[in-house]
Amino acid sequence: QLPTALYKKVLVILHDSILPYMNEPTLMMDFLTVAYGIGGAISLLALNGLFILIHQHNLEYPDFYKKLYSLLDPSIYHVKYRARFFHLADLFLSSSHLPAYLVAAFIKRLSRLALTAPPESLLMVIPFICNLFRRHPACKVLVHRPNGPEDMSEDPYIMEEEEPSESRALESSLWEIQSLQNHYHPDVVKAAAVLNQSLSEIEDDISGLLELSAYELFDKEVKKSAVDVPLEFEQIRGLFGKKNDIFAEHFTLD
Amino acid sequence: SNPFEVKVNRQKFNILGRKTKNDVGLPGVSRSKAIKKRTQTLLKEYKEREKANVFKDKRFGEYNTKISPEEKMIRRFALERQQNYGKKNIYNLNEDEELTHYGQSLAEIEKLNDIVDSDSDTEEKGTLSAELTAVHFGGGGGLLRKKASSGQQDEEEEKPKSRKELIEEMIAKSKQEKQERQARRESALELTEKLDNDWKEIQSLIVRKTPKSEGNDKEVEKPKPDEYDMIVRELGFEMKAKPSVRMKTEEELAKEEQARLQKLEADRLRRMRGIDEQENKKKPTHVSADDLADGFILDKDDRRLLSYKDGKINLENEEGEEKDAEEEEEEEEEEKEDDKSEEESEEESANEDEEGDAADSHSDLESDLESEEEAAGNKEQKKHRTKENESQNVEELDPKMKAAKSELPYTFAVPESYETFKSLLAGRTIEQQLTILERIQKCNHPSLAVGNKAKLEKLVGFLLEYIGELASLDSPELRTIDKLVLPLYNLCQMFPEAASDSIKFILRDAAHDMEEVIEVKGRATFPGLDTLIYLKITSLLFPTSDFWHPVVTPAFIYMSQLLTKCRITTLQDVIKGLFVCCLFLEYVSFSKRFVPELINFLLGILHISLPKKQAQGYTVVHPFTPVGKNLELLLVCDKQDLESWQKQNLPLSTVTRLKEASRTEMNHIRLSCLALCFDLIKKCAALYESLPSFHEIMRPIRILLTQHVPVNEYPEQLREWYHSALKELENKVKHYTPLVCEKKKPVPLKQYTPKIVKVLEFGRKQAGSKKEQERKQLIQRHKRELKGAIREIRKDNQFLARTQLSEIMERDAARKRKVKELLGSLATQEGEWKAMKRKKGKN
Repeated sequence: QLPTALYKKVLVILHDSILPYMNEPTLMMDFLTVAYGIGGAISLLALNGLFILIHQHNLEYPDFYKKLYSLLDPSIYHVKYRARFFHLADLFLSSSHLPAYLVAAFIKRLSRLALTAPPESLLMVIPFICNLFRRHPACKVLVHRPNGPEDMSEDPYIMEEEEPSESRALESSLWEIQSLQNHYHPDVVKAAAVLNQSLSEIEDDISGLLELSAYELFDKEVKKSAVDVPLEFEQIRGLFGKKNDIFAEHFTLD
Repeated sequence: SNPFEVKVNRQKFNILGRKTKNDVGLPGVSRSKAIKKRTQTLLKEYKEREKANVFKDKRFGEYNTKISPEEKMIRRFALERQQNYGKKNIYNLNEDEELTHYGQSLAEIEKLNDIVDSDSDTEEKGTLSAELTAVHFGGGGGLLRKKASSGQQDEEEEKPKSRKELIEEMIAKSKQEKQERQARRESALELTEKLDNDWKEIQSLIVRKTPKSEGNDKEVEKPKPDEYDMIVRELGFEMKAKPSVRMKTEEELAKEEQARLQKLEADRLRRMRGIDEQENKKKPTHVSADDLADGFILDKDDRRLLSYKDGKINLENEEGEEKDAEEEEEEEEEEKEDDKSEEESEEESANEDEEGDAADSHSDLESDLESEEEAAGNKEQKKHRTKENESQNVEELDPKMKAAKSELPYTFAVPESYETFKSLLAGRTIEQQLTILERIQKCNHPSLAVGNKAKLEKLVGFLLEYIGELASLDSPELRTIDKLVLPLYNLCQMFPEAASDSIKFILRDAAHDMEEVIEVKGRATFPGLDTLIYLKITSLLFPTSDFWHPVVTPAFIYMSQLLTKCRITTLQDVIKGLFVCCLFLEYVSFSKRFVPELINFLLGILHISLPKKQAQGYTVVHPFTPVGKNLELLLVCDKQDLESWQKQNLPLSTVTRLKEASRTEMNHIRLSCLALCFDLIKKCAALYESLPSFHEIMRPIRILLTQHVPVNEYPEQLREWYHSALKELENKVKHYTPLVCEKKKPVPLKQYTPKIVKVLEFGRKQAGSKKEQERKQLIQRHKRELKGAIREIRKDNQFLARTQLSEIMERDAARKRKVKELLGSLATQEGEWKAMKRKKGKN
């Protein structure tokens, strides 16, 4: 009904500028449920208001986690509202009464999507996943399956499955995080390598990582002072003069 | 001492190795010491408790017991003299004033007197001349009288005045004298100054003349480099270089080179894994840094530069040959589609192949065969060198060559600012620019003078800036940049810190600009060609495979930002994006690191080459959108264009100007981009094969390739690219092994064997960390001090009470005595009075 831009604007301020001043916040229920069903960024934004209704006004929302699960798509790591979404997701998944299959499905999906994420998101989501493991030790089979089958030809996890319980996440392993241990950013590699060892008991604080931006990352790296600078020893022969230079095959200097 | 005054602290157990401080105490002595101290301090304070005035003895060293009284006196005297020294009476106009009598100096009179006396001894003993007595004993009156006698008329008027006059006269005289003296002093000062100046001038002349004996002309401020100097210098370099070359046989050299490269390779691998990052920090990782210390490298690069220097002439003479060679080369390398030969057009054609071989074989050192090859390559290089030397000799005879060389001066100062640097290079050919750069480096080598290092470090920044400017021109001079990279590489090898700092600076600027644009507009655009060239140069100068590198890691992040934040709106953006993709691939080609942005971008590129329809089975992420206006950017529908397309290398200049291109050309560029994209996908697939979730990473691309790409419409050549990419993707085995955590070190069981702790010092608690120990120590010390302070205060109070009591007792005793005295006197009075009374009664 509303234009998208306005819709987003309303949803952004809804939880702290509108809902607290309403006599009956429950009136927003329908609005929020519809918004939540639209998908994409609008769903992410509606989540905040919905959370207040569920938390303070006893709103019963069937299949809430299924819906949340389906919200996870590659764009969550790229959108502006990433910090907001992960803050809420952290809240929703903090309950220790959640079934293991559900948390495992979330973990698996998040890490699968992390394969397309930029480094600033990765630095946030890997500690997030580690926290989930700490809260739900039953999920640790994902990183530690000592008596499993030797060799599998396929990842048992079904990415396309809408229903978390049907996704067979608990039978899978976190190969995605293992892949990320080969990431180009050294901090990501260090973060991902944490899952190789058994985790410590204390949860990581991810609130500082939620708002991390690429520029901050860059700034941090640039400001590091190095004692000495290793140099390339291979002798060059011009701009595209390295051996097996990709550029020489596709570009000319004209 | 008296055994009754000694208190012994008996030890219950004798402990070996324990030193006891307090086994014997002397309570009497210590008590008397304490009392003495208190009387000196506390008692004094007590006695002066209600007195506001304080007597301060400021005499020098009054309370210093270390100085003996005699010395004290001497010092005080010296001090007094010092204070009085230079302090003049303000009424004293003349500092070394002589006492006068009748305007004559008393000292002089005395002298005269002596002489007179001695004379008078012989003539009339005991008698003094009248004048003398008048002067001596006249009390000043004699002189006056004499004057009066000379002018008798106005005796009365003059007499009262004359004394005043005399004094005034005296004052005037002294003032005049003073002025004269001042004038004299000033003139002397002036003279010395003048002398100094003259000397300085002469000195500078001498200094200037000494270095070159023949050049007497004062006007030649900057010595024009004559050939003799150059030759001497060159000879100096050669002499340094030659022995080490001649001493070693070729095999040894080859072996050494191999060892060096192996070590470098091992270093690179170690850095790539990122292990022992902290440990290796101390030792310099790069060998070439050591090489540079002696001021001359026997590396290939120097020789290469030399060849370029000569290459200028070679080019003039042998252009025809060169061209032939190029053609041959191109025939040879046609299948490679490589433009290597063009890049190396300066080099002699005969050596080119060997050079290439040698360079290629540097990093493949596993097999002996290859190392042999390399040795052969080295041999060839040496031949090349000797040949060059010969050619140099020939050239020296050539008059034409001399004329050509005379165009450039031989010595260059390092330019102080970028503007001067630019003006130095402006209008020169590439070869000349290279020669200039090389000469700047040679003439200002760090080993020649102190400040040269800083100067050359600046040069790195200038060169980078210059390259950036060349790249951002309307028609970028990439050929020039291609050549300028070589001196840049050499400079970087000499000054890694300076080079890394300047590149970091450039990157920071670029990233900062982009961040600002994002903040203002919400989206960014791709930067200019110069930034891309800088990124490429980064990969040439620094090892991109390191786990962490001060320059490369920021460059990585910046490139990731480029691929995720920048909008793709034009074909140029696509080319730039693909360029960045190539950069990424090159950066990680050795370390095989995973770059999600790269995969995303390639997926997006494929996506915009498709006709508009709902994407299925895959999701594109930022900056690409599933729906929007910039779709179909790479879509080519024109059948003719499709057919006429030939795979061609993308010229980088299209990045800056594409507007002039015709529709067909545009379409051809699109297809070339697509081909490049396929090739990159293929390379990515080969690179990431070993990643455990390879199939998950590549799944969207595979879906797109197999289900959506209209292969059948593509021209033959593009279809080949497509199939090779797809083949690379599909023939990978799926292989999953469940993850198992690394085994933890088992926690050891608790055991009953005693814990053995090294005892470093007795009487000190060892347990705990260093910090904890320090804290404990501090607490203990505090406790001890507190106890001691309390004890001291208590003793002070006791002492005070004692003194107060004794005071009261004294006062009481005095009173008692006085009362007794009074009573006694009263009693005697009474007694006397009674006695008197009795007497009266008797009487």
